[in-house]
Amino acid sequence: MQGALNTGDTAWLLVCCALVLMMTPALALFYGGMVRRKNLLSTLTLSYIFMALAGVQWVLYGYSLAFGVDIGGIIGGLNYLGFHGVGALPNPAYAKTIPQGLFAAFQMMFAVITPALITGAFVERVRFKSFLIFSLIWMTLVYDPLAHWVWGQGGWLREMGVLDFAGGTVVHIAAGYSALAFALVIGPRKGYGKTPMEPHNIPLTVLGAGLLWVGWFGFNAGSALAANGVAVNALLTTNTSAAAAGLVWMVLGWLDGRPSTLGIATGMVVGLAAVTPASGFVTPMTAMLIGAVAAVICYYAIRFRQNRNLDESMDVWACHGMASTWGMIATGLFATVAVNAAGANGLFFGNPKQLAVQFLAVIVTMVFTFGATYVIAKVLDMSIGLRVTTMEEEVGLDISAHGERAYSSLG
Amino acid sequence: MLKKIEAIIREDKLSDVKEALREIGIVGLNVFEIRGHGRQGGITLAGRSGSYQVDMLPKMQVNVILSEQNLDEVLGIILDAAYTGEAGDGLIFVYPVDEAIRIRTRERGHEAVMYPGDIDERKGRGTG
Repeated sequence: MQGALNTGDTAWLLVCCALVLMMTPALALFYGGMVRRKNLLSTLTLSYIFMALAGVQWVLYGYSLAFGVDIGGIIGGLNYLGFHGVGALPNPAYAKTIPQGLFAAFQMMFAVITPALITGAFVERVRFKSFLIFSLIWMTLVYDPLAHWVWGQGGWLREMGVLDFAGGTVVHIAAGYSALAFALVIGPRKGYGKTPMEPHNIPLTVLGAGLLWVGWFGFNAGSALAANGVAVNALLTTNTSAAAAGLVWMVLGWLDGRPSTLGIATGMVVGLAAVTPASGFVTPMTAMLIGAVAAVICYYAIRFRQNRNLDESMDVWACHGMASTWGMIATGLFATVAVNAAGANGLFFGNPKQLAVQFLAVIVTMVFTFGATYVIAKVLDMSIGLRVTTMEEEVGLDISAHGERAYSSLG
Repeated sequence: MLKKIEAIIREDKLSDVKEALREIGIVGLNVFEIRGHGRQGGITLAGRSGSYQVDMLPKMQVNVILSEQNLDEVLGIILDAAYTGEAGDGLIFVYPVDEAIRIRTRERGHEAVMYPGDIDERKGRGTG
């Protein structure tokens, strides 16, 4: 396979690594704007820390567990520990025309942002030390195996023919259902449902949403692992879905009162999450439908969550989990080999079996990530405790956990 | 005798009130950004999905120190400029002031709050 490197593909994926890395700081801003001012630094840190934590874990053993030589369809072997042998040569099982080191780096950025997504569930009350321990366990026991099942050579869902172009299951459903489980274990913020918890800086959230959209081009179009027509299609579907979802969300908000800025930004992110698994398999017109429907589903998923008085604070489940659940199913309906010869046809192109496989992957991901996260969180809660004290929560985590504050009161 | 007016008004009425006061020669004032609620209770804001209630509203507190003889006129100006007729127009409080001292000149009492061209000078009044 030596000599097959393609400089165009390699250059494009190098750019995509940077784009996807940027999504983690973007997510930090997206969440940071929605918390109260006393928890801004804490919320930023919960996301940022994964650029360090996952950046080390992935090189040490994460990549190997996810993409190492398959063991029974369940997990990768330890042959890539410390990126051993992961360098300039391609690994044809994953990407024939770029160095394996670049594929591993691109995948690292996914391993960074996925656990960061979950943090929206427990902002403003999680104990930092417990959070770090939870995250390391979650990356090792949940993310790495799931990435292997869906994307790893020999992974059992991949062998079954599941279509998940850029991480609908591995990233968004996993993060959404893990967030839901963690929120149930840790409980609501003090005063939740009694005192309004107004977003303290919506401009930060809007800026974050914008940067997420930019980064998502790398996330989805980069998942073609080449600079080719499939990548271009993924970019078009990504943009179209986000655009449609933003518009539909604006209308839904308007019908309920006013077209809220926060709502429009949320709708755009929902459109991006929804099209993620489908982006390399469906047409732009299908993506428009995916985004529009996702906006309706997620808008009312938030309402459903709120009505239960469940403090899954940043709606990771309602937005990412539910959007990508729909996106996975839509892939089983609308995928066509006319877009991607390496993909498959969905139900509407004469292949009902694909829809069944998509459903299976969704259900497996939901059950596994929800169940595993619930158990890990519960064990940690009963042993070392997941929550800060009431006093620390009232003071705010910026001061109580990090000893600093985002906005000084006097110049 | 010096008085202090504390007028809690709508944020969006601040320029009207300032302008109206300047026109009659109230030269010195200061303003606090405050949060609170009265009979109005709160307002509804548009959220991610549907709306929500906020009970601590942003308001402006305008502080003016003036001679007692100008009090009624200034109160009338503020009442007119800050008025919309809707709940949430605000409240005005009036207090006696024991002492006022201008730091630069160490003038005390009425002298400390006199300005060239202010309401008293326009009316040809001396120190009251």
